[in-house]
Amino acid sequence: MQAFLDIFDIYLLEAVINGILLGGVLALLALGLNLIFGVIDVTWICYAELVMIGMYAMYFMVQYYGLSYFVAAPFTILLVAMLGAALHYLVIAPLLTAPPINQLLATGGVLFVLQSFATVAFGIDFRNLGIRLPVLAFGEMHFSYARLLSFLAALVGMVAVYLFMTRTFTGTAIRAISQDRQIMALMGVDTKRMYLITSAIGGGLAGLAACLLVLQYDVHPFVGLSFGPITFLICVLGGLGNFIGGFIAAFVFAEIISLGGLFSDLEWGYVLAFAFFIVMMFIRPAGLLARRR
Amino acid sequence: MMGQGRLAAWGIGLAALVALPFVYRDPYHLHILVLILIWSFAYTSWSMMGRFGLVSLGHGGFMGIGAYVTALLWNHLGWSPWIGIPIGMAAAGALALIVGYPCFRFRITGHYFVLVTLALSGIVLQVITATRDYTGGSLGYTPNRATGNKLLALQFDDKITWYLIALAVWLFGIVVWHWVDRSMARYALEAISEDEDAAAAAGVDVTAEKLKITLLSAVMTALAGAVYCQYQMFITPDTVSGIAVSLQMVFAAIVGGLFVSLGPTVGAVITILLAETLRIGFGTKAVGWDNLVYGVLLVLFIIFLPKGILGSVLDRLKPQRKVPRAHEQEAVQIARPGT
Repeated sequence: MQAFLDIFDIYLLEAVINGILLGGVLALLALGLNLIFGVIDVTWICYAELVMIGMYAMYFMVQYYGLSYFVAAPFTILLVAMLGAALHYLVIAPLLTAPPINQLLATGGVLFVLQSFATVAFGIDFRNLGIRLPVLAFGEMHFSYARLLSFLAALVGMVAVYLFMTRTFTGTAIRAISQDRQIMALMGVDTKRMYLITSAIGGGLAGLAACLLVLQYDVHPFVGLSFGPITFLICVLGGLGNFIGGFIAAFVFAEIISLGGLFSDLEWGYVLAFAFFIVMMFIRPAGLLARRR
Repeated sequence: MMGQGRLAAWGIGLAALVALPFVYRDPYHLHILVLILIWSFAYTSWSMMGRFGLVSLGHGGFMGIGAYVTALLWNHLGWSPWIGIPIGMAAAGALALIVGYPCFRFRITGHYFVLVTLALSGIVLQVITATRDYTGGSLGYTPNRATGNKLLALQFDDKITWYLIALAVWLFGIVVWHWVDRSMARYALEAISEDEDAAAAAGVDVTAEKLKITLLSAVMTALAGAVYCQYQMFITPDTVSGIAVSLQMVFAAIVGGLFVSLGPTVGAVITILLAETLRIGFGTKAVGWDNLVYGVLLVLFIIFLPKGILGSVLDRLKPQRKVPRAHEQEAVQIARPGT
C-alpha cells in the first residue's frame, strides 16, 4: 500500500507540474485574445485558426526549406502578426460600428475560410515537425524539454508585451484606448493605427503560441478546434479583457485538464474543465477577479 | 395578424409542396429537398432565440445530443426512436437549462454568452469523441437497420415518406415561430434585447423569459438532430455537433434574414444549394474549395447585407412600413453607411 502511494504521488506531482507548463501556452493565447477584446472590443472566434496557420508555416519552413527552428520562429511570428493586421483591416474595420454580434460572426466566417484554406493548400494529413526533443528526468519524474521551452518562451513573450504596454508611448496609448475609445481620438491618438498595431500584436502572440505548440502537437487543418474552446473559456472565466484574470484562469484550467487527464482520457479533462467553468459561473459570474456587487 | 390573402398564399404553397413528390420523383432532387427542410427546421429553431439578440453558438451541441441519444438508445437498449427522440429532446433541454440558468441569472450577455455557448458545443463534441467505445468517436455512428416494424423503428427506404415527414417537421417549426411571434413573450423578449434593466423595471421576468425561449429553441434543435439521424442513418460528431455546425446555423439564419419567419428557410435553400453546387462543381479532387468560397461569401454577406436576403427584399417591397424596431434600424444603418 505504501509503495502504491509513493508512485501515485510522483505521478500526481508530475501531472501538476505538466499542468503548470501547459498553462504557460494557454495563458499566452488568452493574453492575445484579451488584448484584442480589451482594446478593439471584438472577439476573434478564429484566433485558434491563426495559430493553426502559424503551425503550418513552422512546419513548411523547417521541413521543406530546411531552416533551423530558431530562424523560422521569428518569421512565423511576423507572418501571423501580419495576418492579424490583415484580418483587422479587411474584416473588422468595415464592421467597427456594426452590432458586436456581426463582428463576431464575421470572424466566425474567417474561421471557415482559414480551415478550408488549410485543407485546400495542405491537405488533411497530420504533420509533425519531426523534431524530437529529449526528455528531462528529474528524480523519477519526466518532463519533455518541449514543454519546458514552451513555458519559458511563453513567459518571456508575456513579459515583453507587459513591458511594451507599460514602458512605450504606443503601449500607453493602447491602454488608454481600452479605457475610453472616444476620448482618445480627441486627444490626438490615431485610433485606426492603434487598432492595427494591437491586432498585429495579438496575431504575433498567436504566432509565438504556434511556434511552441508545433513542438508538442501534430498540425492538421482542424487542430484549432482542440484548443480554441478552452481559450475562450479561460478568457470568460478570467473576465474578458482582464489580463491578470486570464493569466490565473489559464493555469487553473491547465491544472484541471492535466489532472483530469491523469485519471482518465484527455477529453474528459476538457469536460471536467467545462463543468468547473459552469460551477464558477454561479459563484463568480463576471470573472475570477471581478469585484462583487 | 395574417390577412386572408396571405393565408390563401400559404395554403396554396403548402398544397404544392405536399403534391410535389407525387409529380416529381428524381431521387437526388428529393434528397436535397429533404435536407433543406430538415436544416430549415434547425435554422428556424436557432432563429427563435437568435432574433432576440440571444446569439448561441451552442446549438451544434443540442443537435448532436438529439441525434446521438436517439441512435444510442436504439442500438444499445433497443428503444424505439418514438421513445428515444423525446428523451434526446429532454436531455438537450436539461443541458440548456443547466447552462442557461447561470448565464441569464447573472446577466452573462453579448460576447460572454456567445463564448460560453461556443465552448458548450465544443465540449459536446469532445464528449462524443471521448466516449468512442459507445459512440464510435469521430469515425461516426450508424443506427442498426430495423428487422421488424419499419414504422416503429422510424426507418423508411423511400424518399417520398421522408419528404413528407420533413415537410411536417418544417411546418411545425414555422407554426411555432408564428406562435411565439404573436405571444406576449415576444414583446417581453424584444424589450429585454433592447435594455434588460428597463425591461426588468417594467415587470418582465428577464431570467424566466430568456430561459423559456432557450429551452424551446434547444428542444426543437434536438428534434432536428434526431430526424436528421433517422434520415441519413449515419452521423459523425462533425456533421451534427460542434462549432462548425453551430456557425453554419447562425450563418444560414443571417443570410436568409433573422427577423422574418421564412428567413432561415431561405437561408437553408441558399446555403445548401450553394454548398451542393460548389461540391459538384469542384468535384472530389478539390476538397475544401467549396467551403473556402462558402466562407468568403458568408463574410461578405455579414459586411454588406446584414439584414439577410429575404429581409432586404421584403424591405425593398414595403418602403412605407410601420416604425421598424430599433435593432432592425441599426442593421439598416449599417447596410447603407452614410445615411
